Amino acid sequence: MSGPPLRTRLAARGLDGTTMLILPGLIFMIALFVYPFFYGLVDSLTPKEGGWYANYAKFFGDPFLYDTIGATLWLALPVTIINLAFAVPVAFRVRLMNRQRLLTTILVLPITLGTVFVADGLLTFLGPRGWFNHTLLAIGILDNPIKLTNNYWGVFASLLITGFPFAFLLTLSYISGIDPAIEQAAATLGAGPRQRFSRVFLPLLVPGLAVTFCLAFVQAFAVFPSAVLLGAPAGPTRVISIAAYQAAFEQYDHSLGSAIALIMGGVELVVVLAVLGGRSFFYRGPAGGTKG
Amino acid sequence: MIRDQGLISKIWRFAIWALATLFVLNLLAVIAAVVVNSFATRWLGTWLPAGWTTKWYFSAWKEFQLSSVVLVTFEIVFTVVIISGILGVTTAYALARRDFVGKRLVVLLFLLPLLIPPLTYGIPLATVLYQLGLGGTFWGVVLINVVPSLPFVVLVMIPFIEQIDPRIEAAARVFGAGTTSLFLRILLPLLLPGMLAALLLVLVRTIAMFELTFLIAGPTTQTLVVSLYYAVFASGVRAGQSIDAMAVVYMVTTLFWLVIALQFVNPTQIVARAKQPAAH
Repeated sequence: MSGPPLRTRLAARGLDGTTMLILPGLIFMIALFVYPFFYGLVDSLTPKEGGWYANYAKFFGDPFLYDTIGATLWLALPVTIINLAFAVPVAFRVRLMNRQRLLTTILVLPITLGTVFVADGLLTFLGPRGWFNHTLLAIGILDNPIKLTNNYWGVFASLLITGFPFAFLLTLSYISGIDPAIEQAAATLGAGPRQRFSRVFLPLLVPGLAVTFCLAFVQAFAVFPSAVLLGAPAGPTRVISIAAYQAAFEQYDHSLGSAIALIMGGVELVVVLAVLGGRSFFYRGPAGGTKG
Repeated sequence: MIRDQGLISKIWRFAIWALATLFVLNLLAVIAAVVVNSFATRWLGTWLPAGWTTKWYFSAWKEFQLSSVVLVTFEIVFTVVIISGILGVTTAYALARRDFVGKRLVVLLFLLPLLIPPLTYGIPLATVLYQLGLGGTFWGVVLINVVPSLPFVVLVMIPFIEQIDPRIEAAARVFGAGTTSLFLRILLPLLLPGMLAALLLVLVRTIAMFELTFLIAGPTTQTLVVSLYYAVFASGVRAGQSIDAMAVVYMVTTLFWLVIALQFVNPTQIVARAKQPAAH
């Protein structure tokens, strides 16, 4: 054999002892993420009875099952759009604030406490005798308490409480990444506030907003505990994760459960790809300062 | 910074602040409702309860066997933190320092669990774990929780390691440091701030991780958040104040670690990927 030894040739391609350090983590992920995924895929194609497509045929043939897609989208899409629509203007104001830390700390609370805690709190807060109805009655906006729990609006509120801070904090981190000199330049050249937003900031923000939308949507789409606790899990808030959970762990049909879980991932992927695909029509390039 | 003085700008600014204030008020009221109710003797249709008591904490502690639940929660969470810390930092080190064929694919593999909803990969994974006999066991819960935690550590650590100058390591080698002493005396001290931040975030996230733990936890391996879910789910069986007392115990546990974590990280980092490491 002529030429350098194998070890040298591999090192030239970036493969040496240090590269091998990825192996433990990689093996773990392959064993517990990639393998179960393919296991679930095969499992979903080998139903308890019927042909290989029986689970999918069952899902799309039974309104009790396929309606969950619509129910989930009907919750997740409006909530995500509202969260983002509020997050952008609020983040634009907060970026000018000197003491952001207190506000961001308060807003990180519902995210860290999680949906179960928020659902428990909202059950009391939004209940017929809770503070929310009590306040509206005291002000005189309402004559009778409105029902806000165990229906669509309860889940909606819980997604708002956890989803808005999430969208806001992500948007804020994107906005702070834009060099303020760009705005000053636009103002110097005579752009008013509306123009500065629509002609300068928005185009720079679109890629970040698309990612924020996707991440916020993924969270809202995966709604599970609050849909059970705060919603009507047999009715309008029977979301797809409830269907998947019930199939796999209540009817012990893990084959159907895996199929629904995969359909859930598929629907979500369609929305995410549509949003990220639309992103490519906008400017993509550096917007930060010298730090990059 | 530019501040506009026009009337429309002022109205707009006021509307935004009013909206943000309203949201924060509602958010704080939701949390306060839980705390107030947990101390209430009776609370029906008034602004504040009829009387105050701490008895619900004692009854909740006994009814929900909170001493064992809290213990199990910490055992699980710390094991998850240690495993994802060791695996995550080594993986992140290799990914930050080397360019190799298929690196993009590996990075994508570590991104996916953070983008896919937990139930989508959790149901097949839980099925596999049940068939291995790990369903309901301590290690089953730990393994399923490492799946999202490990990628999180990797993605937080990669930019942190990239900003450590590789020449420092080269210099240590020149002066005769072996791999062990290079790691212990050079790398570890430099990595410590980033590791601390990443692991504290994993800790907070794992305490609140409901979906995955819920799929696999058995009666003896429930974490606090899963017990809380079952308690709220079966509300009506027990007094609401008792459930809220448990929720407060859960809240205090989470907030304790959140406060520590916030000493090292920016709140935005809890949702966003670390842009600039905390130790800068």
